[in-house]
Amino acid sequence: MSITNEKKASFLDNLRSRLEGVNLRQNGIFLALIGLIIFFAATTPNAASITPTNWSNLVVQNGYILVLAIGMVMVIIAGHIDLSVGSVAAFIGAVAGILVVRPLEQDGWEWLPALPWWAGLIGAVIVGAIVGVWQGFWVAYVGIPAFIVTLAGMLLFRGLALMTLQNSNIGPFPDEFRAIGNGFLDKENALGAAIGLPEQYNGTALLVTLIGILAIWFQALNKRRASIRYSQPVEPRTWFYVKNAVLTVMVAYVGFQLANANGIPFTLILLTFLIVVYSVVMNKTTFGRHIYAIGGNLHAATLSGINVRRVNFWLFVNMGALAAVSGILIAARMNSAVPKAGDGFELDAISSVFIGGAAVQGGVGTVVGSMVGGLIQGVLGNGMNLNSVGIDAQMTIKGMVLLLAVAFDVWSKRRGK
Amino acid sequence: MGTNILEMRSITKTFPGVIALDKVSLTVERGEIHAICGENGAGKSTLMKVLSGVYPHGSYEGDIVYENDVMSFKNIRESEAKGIVIIHQELALSPYLSIAENIFLNNEIKKNGLIDWNKTGQEAQLLMARVGLIENPNTKVMDIGVGKQQLVEIAKALSKRVKLLILDEPTAALNDEDSAHLLSLLRHLKDQGISCIIISHKLNEIAAIADKTTIIRDGKAIETLDMKADHVDQERIIKGMVGREMDNRYPAHETNVGGAEILRVENWTAHHPDDPNRVVVDNVNIHVRKGEIVGLAGIMGAGRTEFARSLFGKSWGTNISGKVFVNGKEIQVTTIKQAIDNGLAYATEDRKRFGLNLIDDIKRNISIASLDDFVKRGLVNDNEEFKVASEYRTSMNIKAPSVLSVVGKLSGGNQQKVVLSQWINVKPEVLILDEPTRGIDVGAKYEIYTIIQRLADEGKGVIVISSELPELLGICDRIYAIAEGCITGEVSKAEANPELLMKYMTTEKGSK
Repeated sequence: MSITNEKKASFLDNLRSRLEGVNLRQNGIFLALIGLIIFFAATTPNAASITPTNWSNLVVQNGYILVLAIGMVMVIIAGHIDLSVGSVAAFIGAVAGILVVRPLEQDGWEWLPALPWWAGLIGAVIVGAIVGVWQGFWVAYVGIPAFIVTLAGMLLFRGLALMTLQNSNIGPFPDEFRAIGNGFLDKENALGAAIGLPEQYNGTALLVTLIGILAIWFQALNKRRASIRYSQPVEPRTWFYVKNAVLTVMVAYVGFQLANANGIPFTLILLTFLIVVYSVVMNKTTFGRHIYAIGGNLHAATLSGINVRRVNFWLFVNMGALAAVSGILIAARMNSAVPKAGDGFELDAISSVFIGGAAVQGGVGTVVGSMVGGLIQGVLGNGMNLNSVGIDAQMTIKGMVLLLAVAFDVWSKRRGK
Repeated sequence: MGTNILEMRSITKTFPGVIALDKVSLTVERGEIHAICGENGAGKSTLMKVLSGVYPHGSYEGDIVYENDVMSFKNIRESEAKGIVIIHQELALSPYLSIAENIFLNNEIKKNGLIDWNKTGQEAQLLMARVGLIENPNTKVMDIGVGKQQLVEIAKALSKRVKLLILDEPTAALNDEDSAHLLSLLRHLKDQGISCIIISHKLNEIAAIADKTTIIRDGKAIETLDMKADHVDQERIIKGMVGREMDNRYPAHETNVGGAEILRVENWTAHHPDDPNRVVVDNVNIHVRKGEIVGLAGIMGAGRTEFARSLFGKSWGTNISGKVFVNGKEIQVTTIKQAIDNGLAYATEDRKRFGLNLIDDIKRNISIASLDDFVKRGLVNDNEEFKVASEYRTSMNIKAPSVLSVVGKLSGGNQQKVVLSQWINVKPEVLILDEPTRGIDVGAKYEIYTIIQRLADEGKGVIVISSELPELLGICDRIYAIAEGCITGEVSKAEANPELLMKYMTTEKGSK
């Protein structure tokens, strides 16, 4: 008995020393996501969860939440919260509707000609940023807690959305605008036809997937090489290759499935772009580093010369602009601006961030982690739908997942002490 | 035996790496006012925390004998139940509740499970009369002055049937009139048989009120003086507090002062941010030369930190006025960023609250104040950052496996080295170090002193704020003393001695 115990302990110690330098929390939720996908592949009727169309749906249905989660994780790292993003998304959808679709009987807006779709898009994002200026002003310069400012914003912008839409819907949107939420890159498979690929495979999707995989390896190897050159500690070599191989397989698999459906959704391209840009912002710019510093210790950040007000202000401007992008995605996907759009999305975005490992006290969190957190929720909801789980049980389970994910965090931190 | 209300026998309390109390014994007679004196960090507060159960029985060695029984308090509630009440320097009152509510907070007078407000008001008035507080019991505590708030605390203690009242720096925040009232109240309570332990830096008050004085130094009880029998005066207490041998706890240093003036501050005045009428820094004039280590000696609350922070980008205070010159050129500074850009750096006295992001790693803590220097083409070069931080880890001897270690898990001394690295890396002309060795062990202190001397040798100006006199005497080329916001004295290394400095530090306004 005691011998097996000892053996067990030494095995665990061995494992622990081997995993030294591996970020368990971050990799843990990644593994949880894979486990969830496998679970639903096994349990859904006819493996419906892993059909090409379902993969495609999964991406476009969660895109707008994930965009919100990118802005939300930044806000939460700085120690704030934003409850208004769902309402802002609805408001911006309405604004986009006014700008792009000229409704026939709008009072007071007749002077405004219908803009080309791209101009409307830019206009909508600018209005989103202005919404952020409003909220950022109250939080950063007046000093009202973000919880209150955005709680008010939640009502305020829902109200403005209703006013703008005059309690009806605006639509349909031009095809180019719709494509942002519903379209696919080279849906007609011109590239596949040109190089003589079997009809069911989208050539462009396969090409993009390949480029993506090469980019992942290029980036990972580059970073590792630079770290070694500066004699920084790096992840164990085996772990590094295993991890990136798993990632490669995942990306290749999803890319292949999407190629089998309609191709790569525009939403996915936009989302990937935002994830890359904001990961760089958070890790490699002074703005991002100041956000972590403020969330980690506000006093210390202030005494280090960081202009805390300015950082907080731009955080909310940024959140407003991202909420606008999300609102555009929603409107484009539904092909109409509706007053109820984005209802409750702020809660999904916040859950994504916390499942993704952010700390309630601020200072901790990553963009990629929040994306994984959002996907866990998305896969969970999608899988339960396919398994015909009722909405009542779905809510209960999602609530438990959020609670347990954060409880695990708290527990592991306490043990670490 | 029966005459003693309290006997603390050979109390020893250790923290990781530090012996805070070393076999301290303290005897308080019934109906006695017993003063405890000592420098900041000597162990006075620790001793009171042991007594009141903040540090529970079992976490220290030695016995507490109270009213002839050995006590084993697990928390404050148990000691209060026995009539031991401690009133801290920062009052523990709820500002939005009334005087009466505060007096009976967590000790409410109930009838049938509900609070009996009539009785509460009535009892509160009786207690208020006992402490000489003339106010409506329904007045909110935030609307009365600090002196009256202090009285509310004492009334609260009386409501708990206090037998041994402990006051930690009770008059530090009070004006002369309130102080006088408080002291006469203590005499009055003594006549009613209430014993009292008073911790204070105001030696004239101690000389006036205390029956006995115990002096604590470096965690040891040095002596207990009978104030009446021995005709003890302030000089005698100072001698006990500072009289220690100067051993080689300070690295030898060849001073090379004589360089040009690097910092000059003229007529610097700052007011309290919550009370703009209160002058906290009063017309301070100082200067620092290149390569000079200048001490700023003062007890806690003398305005030293407030002076430094108001100077550092006006990060404290309101209505700040005065002139600052760096290298002979007047600078205009209103933000911390500007202060840093003009060659000032300030390392805080409270590194955990104001100095470090404890959940982040060493590397990012070192770089945060000078992050712009690491930016290339808009992006932070974290490899360069790692390199620089690693160099500091070596040169400052920060004991951690790598600069990616989380700062919160380091010891106090190593955390302090991270703070210093952070500020050295902004490449300042003048470094203000506020209590740079607070709460760190002797070995680490020596290393910090070496670093300070190295900075001076590199031609920087260093201001060291400290309440530990030996430390200032050990490393400074010149020392200013500050009391109640005023510079009360300036002494060179040659003429400095602890008695003289302590005299300057306890100089009171108008009595100079």
